[in-house]
Amino acid sequence: MNEATGQSGHTSALAEAPTPGGLPKAKSGRPASLWSDAWADLRRKPIFLISCGIIAVLVLMAMWPSLFSSVDPFNARTCELATARQLPSAGHPFGRDNLGCDLYARTIYGAANSLVIGISTTIFAALIGGLLGLVAGFFGGATDTVASRVTEIFFAIPSILGALLIGSTFRDSGLGIWLVVISLTVLGWPMTFRIMRAAVITAKSQDFVVAARALGAGPGRIMFRHLLPNALAPVIVVATINLGGFIAAEAALSYLGVGVQPPEISWGLMIADAQRRFLEAPLPLIFPAVFLSITVLAFIMLGDAVRDALDPKLR
Amino acid sequence: MVNGDRILEVRDLVKHFPLTQGILFKRQIGAIKAVDGVSFDLHKGETLGIVGESGCGKSTLAKVLMALERPTSGSVLINGRDIGRAKGAELKRMRRNIQMVMQDPYTSLNPRMTVGDIVGEPFEIHTEVAPKGDRRKKVQELLDVVGLNPDHINRYPHQFSGGQRQRIGIARGLALQPEIIVCDEPVSALDVSIQAQVINLLERLQNEFDLAYIFIAHDLSVVRHISDRVGVMYLGKFVELGKDTEIYDKPAHPYTQALLSAVPVPDPEGREQRERIILQGDPPSPANPPSGCRFRTRCWKAQEICAEEEPLLQIRPGTGHESACHFAETHDVVHIG
Repeated sequence: MNEATGQSGHTSALAEAPTPGGLPKAKSGRPASLWSDAWADLRRKPIFLISCGIIAVLVLMAMWPSLFSSVDPFNARTCELATARQLPSAGHPFGRDNLGCDLYARTIYGAANSLVIGISTTIFAALIGGLLGLVAGFFGGATDTVASRVTEIFFAIPSILGALLIGSTFRDSGLGIWLVVISLTVLGWPMTFRIMRAAVITAKSQDFVVAARALGAGPGRIMFRHLLPNALAPVIVVATINLGGFIAAEAALSYLGVGVQPPEISWGLMIADAQRRFLEAPLPLIFPAVFLSITVLAFIMLGDAVRDALDPKLR
Repeated sequence: MVNGDRILEVRDLVKHFPLTQGILFKRQIGAIKAVDGVSFDLHKGETLGIVGESGCGKSTLAKVLMALERPTSGSVLINGRDIGRAKGAELKRMRRNIQMVMQDPYTSLNPRMTVGDIVGEPFEIHTEVAPKGDRRKKVQELLDVVGLNPDHINRYPHQFSGGQRQRIGIARGLALQPEIIVCDEPVSALDVSIQAQVINLLERLQNEFDLAYIFIAHDLSVVRHISDRVGVMYLGKFVELGKDTEIYDKPAHPYTQALLSAVPVPDPEGREQRERIILQGDPPSPANPPSGCRFRTRCWKAQEICAEEEPLLQIRPGTGHESACHFAETHDVVHIG
């Protein structure tokens, strides 16, 4: 439907209608929305392009690790205790870890768990917090009071302590990495809730919501057609930034022993294993730590760039 | 005055907003008396202008008429049925008959929706009005009626100027073919040159569709141009109600006279000669209005009776229309000199 408008825009008198702040969109005459403006803005941002590049490589690593490494780290025969803590050599670019396994292969294969945990936690936390925030912000009153107090209780739980509690209580549940996702979601949704609630309250007082009520629109239509699209931008930004935080939290939990469990591979587990012999052999700790930092940084930079692009006041 | 076909009857309409104190156990310590006993009628095809300074309750009145706020007491009868007490499906059905055009065209349109979605939303809510296949065509017809290019149906509000946006808002108000449109300061956010275009559009639509307008504004000359009758509000009450010529040429209430004396006169000669009535002080708080006549604290005619007895809105001796003043007398403010 964008195409149709683009064509009519050239022939009509309205094509000259002032379009404030539009750079590329004015040329094409397409309907510019916040999102298309933001996209035009992002495409020209080096930080956005760099972080997207890093994330693309990480996603490839997570989906097809064999593209990057011919060694299968899940095959115990590739590990030789005799060669433990071997320095980088031909065929083993990162060297070997405490058990003599190929460090490069393990680092590559560790990306999957980090990304799966980070992305699914972000999605679940955004869904739960976003929906509750939408409902609480829209209805206000007692609904809002109850939801806000419950959120504050969750906020008050120290996150590492809470995750330790959940992780150790349900250790034998057989949920695997999903236990990590659940415990991080339980502790992560209040942030999204607060942002969504605040954005909805701001949007709710605007005239177009009053106009929709005057037309007879029900609560569902007002929430999902009017409030949600106008309150989504800050939630997306925070979700992107949080994604990096969740990946770091997964590493922390795995390090503490309540996250990903061996024989699964995760950067947090690798750091925990390497830490015992760190002074002797620093590389088995440094490589996963560097990958972890770069991943977290890439998502935080992405979130930062998206925030700048979605905030028209900064443009 | 247009007789017959009375489509809106407002009787003793009161809207108080409670003032509360305390966090957990809220106590009511008073009330903002935003609208405090307003009665009027509206006939088919007629325009009733409502003027008054900021905070006099004009917009609250509009919200109560639109059933966006529930009245504290009194009734708003649309074709004999009370919209203030209607609920659910009945309220939704009644809304088809009363729509509004809002003040600020920059915030009254959802920036995330296309013009087609905005103008077509009434059809999505009231699905019985237009079958699904017809809606797009109907929206384009509406855009055409308000003077917009129907091809722009897929554009977003920010691609239009203020006047064009207000036309979109008007098209949305027209979609359900209401008999009454409440215009809450529909031109005050627009440039003067655009104001005239939008006013003329409203007048044309009124003739075309036999609409009745409640036209709320603080610009007296705009109200005079469009209205058949004018009501003057002060602190939640009507102080004067009459035909536009009566109000503008023979104002009887001192407040109306003071308001009219403040209208800018485009002629420097007349401006020098005419009378200026400058009111002292600010309007009192609507939470604690003065006893008796609410205007007495700023009135140069005020006497003891004004504090003791509230003047009712009625036709006074020597005047041809309703006014709420013990000492009402007509006095032509605008045409002196």
